[in-house]
Amino acid sequence: MAPATPATASAITLTVNGEKHTLTVDHRTTLLDALRERLDLTGPKKGCDQGQCGACTVLVDGRRIVSCLELAVATEGRAVTTIEGVADGDALHPVQQAFLDLDGFQCGYCTPGQICSALAVLDEHAAGWPSAATPDVRPEAGPPPLTPEEIRERMSGNLCRCGAYVSIVQAVARAAEHRAGHPGHGAEATTESTTKESAA
Amino acid sequence: MREFVYQRATDISGAVALLDGDPQARFLGGGTNLVDLMKAGVERPDRLVDVRELPLGRIETTQDGGLRIGATVTNSELAAHPEVRRRYPALAQAVLAGASGQLRNMATVGGNLLQRTRCAYFTDTSLPCNKRSPGSGCPAVTGEHHNHAILGASEHCVAVHPSDMGVALAAFDAVVSYETTEGGGEVALADFYLPVGDTPHLETALPPGALITAVTLPPAQVASHSRYRKVRERASYAFAIGSAAAALDVADGMVREVRLAFGAVASRPWRAREAERVLTGRPPEGAAFAEAADAELAAARVLDQNAYKLPLMRNLVVALLTELAEETDR
Repeated sequence: MAPATPATASAITLTVNGEKHTLTVDHRTTLLDALRERLDLTGPKKGCDQGQCGACTVLVDGRRIVSCLELAVATEGRAVTTIEGVADGDALHPVQQAFLDLDGFQCGYCTPGQICSALAVLDEHAAGWPSAATPDVRPEAGPPPLTPEEIRERMSGNLCRCGAYVSIVQAVARAAEHRAGHPGHGAEATTESTTKESAA
Repeated sequence: MREFVYQRATDISGAVALLDGDPQARFLGGGTNLVDLMKAGVERPDRLVDVRELPLGRIETTQDGGLRIGATVTNSELAAHPEVRRRYPALAQAVLAGASGQLRNMATVGGNLLQRTRCAYFTDTSLPCNKRSPGSGCPAVTGEHHNHAILGASEHCVAVHPSDMGVALAAFDAVVSYETTEGGGEVALADFYLPVGDTPHLETALPPGALITAVTLPPAQVASHSRYRKVRERASYAFAIGSAAAALDVADGMVREVRLAFGAVASRPWRAREAERVLTGRPPEGAAFAEAADAELAAARVLDQNAYKLPLMRNLVVALLTELAEETDR
């Protein structure tokens, strides 16, 4: 069964939005290209293809990454979530709804990446992760409130060439408020973050 | 991109065995730099050995009270870890100052140390570069070099090391552990990066085929009062044009211990030992901070476009140490 020469392609199973897909990929294939060109999941966008713009952001095992710098073959066995897997049927995720309600986009090209990134920002913040905008990173200082400055810093890996940043920050803030008011709805808010928000 | 074999390593000895004897093979960590360089044609490996499933993903307190950071710990995990934030806050800040949330989720500690310069000549295969193509020349010296080195460079290469994390590690005397087919070894971060000289293509002291397994921080009381500050051309998500990690311990109105390291000024994270020497035993005040910075920067050699880094680094050192000293007073 083993090939005579070392293989430069592999048959892999990708788990995307809960569905398993079996396909053979050249090892050079990025996760982004596999999603778009092989699985017809064109939500993740190819902007720079160099990890600099964030348009290709997806979640792998719940963590946001840029899919243009990840190899498809390396994601076998991991759970990939794209923008196509964020809504619950026809019911938009609160983060998606907030982007719609507050005009968190203009042309929409960066939006799938922005929303996937925002989902992770809420999780990372709820887990108590500091950011470069956090004045005191020591754990004793407690988790930082999700201020506009914190949101801007945490979302800085997603560029928007239309310049919809002001509305994007507002949308992420509203999604965070929604999550604080609805623990367990649409996201796994921790008790700690819920308590903090209601006490603020 | 050249075709390549992909293999997932599941144990350390297996990983180093897979790379042994194949100088064109590479370990794959987060891939945030390597995959990008493969797309650009700068790296052309014939084999990638994915090390992310190796049991190197933990951060543990050592017996002497330091921290041992596994090589596949991601930047995100490192910056979020309570003991890092409590005992080496400048390290958490340095990591958080680098890249984006997405890239920090991918990038690993071992890979961070081995990332390559972002010098535009290095990444453009149509141009000469002594680091990429030994002996071909360095266009940066007479070309675009506004963000190039002012310390420790040579006429053969003036590229800077891009790591933020490494600057804090240099300040805290980190030690790099590695494994080879011949056995394991350790090298202090101070000796990890080789002098540029006329061999800029030789970057680290790691033996061929070595796998970084961990970075160990010795215990250091001074590190708990530390800070990282980064200057860049936009507010977030950009490489430094100058940065510094500092730690300060003041007793009886005098500097008892100080740690200082610079980023984006040299081919490696630059430990400012001369500045530390000048400052130790002096009152922690602006004039002494400036004198210490000047002592370190006395060895600097600037090019046409990067002379601004001298006042930038001087002001950065003074501001950073002043902040730390004021916190001591409170």
